[in-house]
Amino acid sequence: MFDLQPLEERIRTAAAARRPLRIRAGGSKDFYGGPLAGELLEVGALSGVTLCEPTELVLSARAGTPVAELERVLAAHGQMLAFEPPQFAGRATLGGAVASGLSGPRRVYCGAVRDFVLGVEVIDGRGERLSFGGKVIKNVAGFDVSRLMVGSLGTLGVLTEVTLKTVPRPRAECTLRFEMDQPKALESMRLWATRPLPLSATEWEDGVLHVRLSGAEAAVRAARQDLGGEIVDGAHNRWESVREQQLPFFTAARELWRVSLPVDSPPLPAAGPTLIEWGGSLRWLSGPQDGNALRTLAGRLGGHATLYRAPSKPPSGPFQPLSSAMLSVHKRLKAVFDPHGIFNRGRLYPDF
Amino acid sequence: MRHPIIERLRRALPAGAVLSSSEELKPYECDALTLYRQMPLAVALPADEAQVAAVLRLCHEAQVPVIARGAGTGLSGGATPRADAVLLSLARLSRIVGIEPLARTARVQPGVRNLAISEAAAPYNLYYAPDPSSQIACTIGGNVAENSGGVHCLKYGLTVHNVLALRVATLEGEVLEIGSAAPDAPGYDLLALLTGSEGLLGVVTEVTVRLIPKPQCARVVLAVFDDLAKAGRAVADVIAAGITPAGLEMMDRPTIAAVEPFVRAGYPLDAEAILLCESDGAPAEVEEEILHMESVLRGAGATECRVSRDEAERLRFWAGRKAAFPAMGALSPDYYCMDGSIPRRRLAAVLQAIREMEGRYGLRCTNVFHAGDGNLHPLILFDSNIADEVARAEAFGAEILELCVREGGSITGEHGVGMEKIDQMCVQFGSGELAVFHAVKHAFDERGLLNPGKAVPTLHRCAELGRLHVRGGQLPHPELPRF
Repeated sequence: MFDLQPLEERIRTAAAARRPLRIRAGGSKDFYGGPLAGELLEVGALSGVTLCEPTELVLSARAGTPVAELERVLAAHGQMLAFEPPQFAGRATLGGAVASGLSGPRRVYCGAVRDFVLGVEVIDGRGERLSFGGKVIKNVAGFDVSRLMVGSLGTLGVLTEVTLKTVPRPRAECTLRFEMDQPKALESMRLWATRPLPLSATEWEDGVLHVRLSGAEAAVRAARQDLGGEIVDGAHNRWESVREQQLPFFTAARELWRVSLPVDSPPLPAAGPTLIEWGGSLRWLSGPQDGNALRTLAGRLGGHATLYRAPSKPPSGPFQPLSSAMLSVHKRLKAVFDPHGIFNRGRLYPDF
Repeated sequence: MRHPIIERLRRALPAGAVLSSSEELKPYECDALTLYRQMPLAVALPADEAQVAAVLRLCHEAQVPVIARGAGTGLSGGATPRADAVLLSLARLSRIVGIEPLARTARVQPGVRNLAISEAAAPYNLYYAPDPSSQIACTIGGNVAENSGGVHCLKYGLTVHNVLALRVATLEGEVLEIGSAAPDAPGYDLLALLTGSEGLLGVVTEVTVRLIPKPQCARVVLAVFDDLAKAGRAVADVIAAGITPAGLEMMDRPTIAAVEPFVRAGYPLDAEAILLCESDGAPAEVEEEILHMESVLRGAGATECRVSRDEAERLRFWAGRKAAFPAMGALSPDYYCMDGSIPRRRLAAVLQAIREMEGRYGLRCTNVFHAGDGNLHPLILFDSNIADEVARAEAFGAEILELCVREGGSITGEHGVGMEKIDQMCVQFGSGELAVFHAVKHAFDERGLLNPGKAVPTLHRCAELGRLHVRGGQLPHPELPRF
């Protein structure tokens, strides 16, 4: 068994001294969220799969386990992580995937990180070890604290173990390519999503729409004939580059905005190139934008804008500000889990 | 003397929206967990969000507890009234605000029935996936409060996977907008926290759900087993083969015997277990998957596999499963439906242990099982006219739930904790976790006025029970209120 006691003691000491801690495993998402503040709390050593039950669709692992290792273990059983979290050159860990809540190309077709989290073990800001959720697919006992951890960017506690629901790998996969301008691509993605097609990813950039179909062979074949387009060979690498944000679009961007919108939203006016995923509900904008105007527009459309990656971030933080009512709920919840405010201060919002 | 809150509510709400006479209150004395009955102080029937907020504000000022209620179909006593509490019925907030076929969303008020959402979306070939067995009657507000499931949730998810946004009125009467039609709303995932919170944190006033395209067709395999353990292994084999069935249900021999005369589905009466394994999708896809399912089920030792040839036959195969509860009603004056979840690999051991308990408690128990996701529904048959049987049924149920926890599962897969399983929460969670639940509750409801005494037990109560478990789990003062 892994000895968590030194970690608990370190947290208790920091709490007693009100000394901020910065939780880090692979460090692959140091760029994401607000400023990095506090003494480094390395948790990457908390690694290893603790339960693998493919016939129960359940996998538990220590939070520092690399996502790439989980994918390897699951692949041996013909399974995978449905939400396709980025692996960031092998450095991304399970804990980081959960804390950041970043999902990959399958997000709107199969579900997000939070949809597959079944349970967590966590050490709170008092240094107490807690366990929420469980290791079974169906469990509605108690408040859903496990999912509350998803996207909390380490501000509520140190994840030590996570249990996920896994899914079978699709038996067949096929990628289609269409030449389309942005309005036409948005319209096509929307229309296709209202029909029972085995869509598993969509991506539009610079006049070209890629559509991935995954599922039973018959379903993929039928959808391929139905949709038309040109079959792309070896598309696996392309989807990996989308998932890992390694397309030239991403690597060339000095400043990158990530705008999440209801799927029926119009094209955004952008100064610079746009890349679209998730059936139209995720718009990546490359290059500097008028952040306030973009947030106002995203908010009016029912979405939000995140300054995903930038050489410097504004004092208001990278995330769309919360309403005052929501901010006060956030502060109260933060105080429940981390009463002394030691974990990842300012990483999610400057206020806590 | 009438409580002053009644008059204040009358002034704030339209005529006829506050009930307080005993004949008016009678229909509200329990939800579908009829073991617990209590007349509320009053029933408030607001018609819109502003009125809901007003009721909450008044109750907050007067420090009167509030219990939200949808259609009252909950099986865990989540909406069981209290004599000192206002029952806040959301029944009049029953409007479908809008369907956006291109965005694939429906915005509805909490009192809209689950099935009514799918009916309204049907013209667009869309539907709302979670289908609790009470879907004709149960409301979406209640589904959110309980995080309801259904027979299709292995493939399509629970309520938490299908709700995009909520409007929630706090106890102070403020309205929070939680989640969004856009993916991954910023900040903490309050949508997940509120879903399944059993009315302890706020009152849902509007729900935005995700709609999905209707599958073109569905077929089901009825597989017969002469041994329960074999049926359990067959389920594991289906999952291991990479199949995600649209539904995967198991019935044991006593259930088959009870439902067959009731529905005449053609179930073989000599079977130890029946599995219903459904595939949905495009016709060619379903055909391919059904063949695959059949070969896996036969390989696992099914003595017979019947594949539904048409929609009528598919519905007939399902009829027995869907009639399992009413059939028990014909078999026994009362039944008590439990809702534990377990790792599927422990199924045979758990069912064996339940059989042994039947002897010990002197009561019969039949089992239906959402086999795909490990959610067991033992139905304990009893007669409430025999006072001793109620206590025995409750103790039997409690022991099953504690067994589920010991086997690595949970005391509730989809019905919620409510009043019913509050004591078993002490078995599933330690004092640290329970303290966090109380603190979360406190963050939304400082005075503990929203649905008090449900879902999360006090540490004091658990400590008391902890001592009692040593002596065999019998409550010494069953007349004491549960906090």
